[in-house]
Amino acid sequence: MEVTDVLVDWSRAQFALTALYHWLFVPLTLGLTFIVAIMESIYVRTGDIWWKNTTKFWMGILAINFAIGLATGIIMEFEFGTNWSNYSWIVGDIFGAPLAIEGLMAFFMESTFFAVMFFGWNKVSKEMHLLSTWLVAIGSNLSALWILIANGWMQHPVGMHFNPDSARNEMENFWEVIFNPNAVSKFLHTVSSGYVLASLFVMGISAWYLLKKRDVLFAKRSIIVSASFGLVTSLFLLTTGDESAYSVAQTQPMKLAAMEGLYRGENRAGIIAMGLLNSEKKVGDDSEVFHFKVEIPSALSFLGYHDLNAFVPGIEDMLYGNANKGVMSIRQKMQEGKIAVKALRAYKDAKKIGDELKAKEALKLFESHHHYMGYGYLEKPEDAIPNVALSFYSFHIMVGLGTWFLVLFAVVLFWTRRNTIGSKRWLLWAMVGTIPLGYVAQETGWIVAEVGRQPWAIQDLLPVGMATSNVASTSVMITFWLFAILFTSLLIAEIKIMLTQIKIGPEGEH
Amino acid sequence: MMKVMHIIKKILSFYKEGFASMRLGRRLWLIIVIKFIILFGIIKCFYFPNYLEDNFDNDTQRSYYILEQLTKE
Repeated sequence: MEVTDVLVDWSRAQFALTALYHWLFVPLTLGLTFIVAIMESIYVRTGDIWWKNTTKFWMGILAINFAIGLATGIIMEFEFGTNWSNYSWIVGDIFGAPLAIEGLMAFFMESTFFAVMFFGWNKVSKEMHLLSTWLVAIGSNLSALWILIANGWMQHPVGMHFNPDSARNEMENFWEVIFNPNAVSKFLHTVSSGYVLASLFVMGISAWYLLKKRDVLFAKRSIIVSASFGLVTSLFLLTTGDESAYSVAQTQPMKLAAMEGLYRGENRAGIIAMGLLNSEKKVGDDSEVFHFKVEIPSALSFLGYHDLNAFVPGIEDMLYGNANKGVMSIRQKMQEGKIAVKALRAYKDAKKIGDELKAKEALKLFESHHHYMGYGYLEKPEDAIPNVALSFYSFHIMVGLGTWFLVLFAVVLFWTRRNTIGSKRWLLWAMVGTIPLGYVAQETGWIVAEVGRQPWAIQDLLPVGMATSNVASTSVMITFWLFAILFTSLLIAEIKIMLTQIKIGPEGEH
Repeated sequence: MMKVMHIIKKILSFYKEGFASMRLGRRLWLIIVIKFIILFGIIKCFYFPNYLEDNFDNDTQRSYYILEQLTKE
């Protein structure tokens, strides 16, 4: 049985489905834990019982989200073992350490202090309870740190050495893996996006109370905290986004080019503020890339290289090579990759017959070409190009929505300070309507990160086709639909329980 | 020893009282339990065997299989 394109596509679709659904639950937990901790801090500082009630209400919403989302990520681990066994084996040693730390921290920090947070009201001191709430917030975010370190490594593999005997990557430098620039920027950008989502969520639901003219004090207080937290974290999100783009430009230039629909590289490259891609456009032809576009001159050069005049390579520069700018073609990389694969084969065969001299020579050749090994598995150079339309639109939707959120937080804070927020019904409706947009921004962000790096499971080293297990595609199809049903049921349950709780409101029982 | 037992008893009673006083939480725990049964009892057992664990006896065989995959012509 061969690994077919159908199998690879279904395996990818299943992983994407799981990750996208999982990511509906996680960012709200990441941000809401901090919002709840801030609210409880105000309660402990002021002794105002209203802040305690406000904290308890949002803690209830957090509990619903946590309970429904709990363990949805475990399915990805099942998938690693079944559908992505080649990949799991090859990355095993690198993923092992961060994921083990994540498991231990999540268990000890989150589980222990979650119990104190929910059961500990009136049983432990105010200060101890507050400490637990903060530790839950920090613990949840630290869990995300280890997962994103693992993801960052896939996008920019560092600190490791490929062992040709075990066929595994072995960690050489733990700190290099931890402080991988791609992982650090990814972590900061991802968690801050969670803070923004949680702020939008709290703000939107509070706006609904104001529209209904009920629980007004609770709603206004929640808006003050969430809009302030949202504004600060949105500004932080902006800077981490900049850092993330810089990191992508250095390590994944093809992804950056796809995100911007940049086919031909240029100095002083601009960012497309908005544009409509020409769907007929093919790599290498002379047709226009966009039907229309609004461009900010030099902004991409600055974003990617912190230099307004920098050259940003386009898809065609990387595909065909650009000697003047020192860009190597994909075809050259494929040749390098094929040498690496052939040398690995020669090493394996030499070891099998005990020819140490031949094995040593083959290993030397393999190590000098290993960094392009993944290209050796591509059938044609065009396979190295990700889906441009999906990357471009996802990126621009994410950035556009992020800008809208920043403006919304600022406007809401302005009217809140004037104490007239309750009378601005258009603004209140905008706050309610922005809740789903927060989720759209989250998901499009992941699409940019994961679709943009295709065809790689591990950047430049392992394409997804080689990472896939040789299992029956029908089995993957069945589980895809099983998960679709399971996750959709969980999502419906979450929305239903949350809506019931929101209708009961902070005055009701928790 | 008595002190340790006392602490353990206090922790257990903390959880027991916490669970007993839950209202919304009971429904959430029910969802968690159902979800775990579906995930581990059905999906993991029947649909997600560990490919390398199940098809090979030891790491040497697994390494060899992966190397074969990586170097096949």
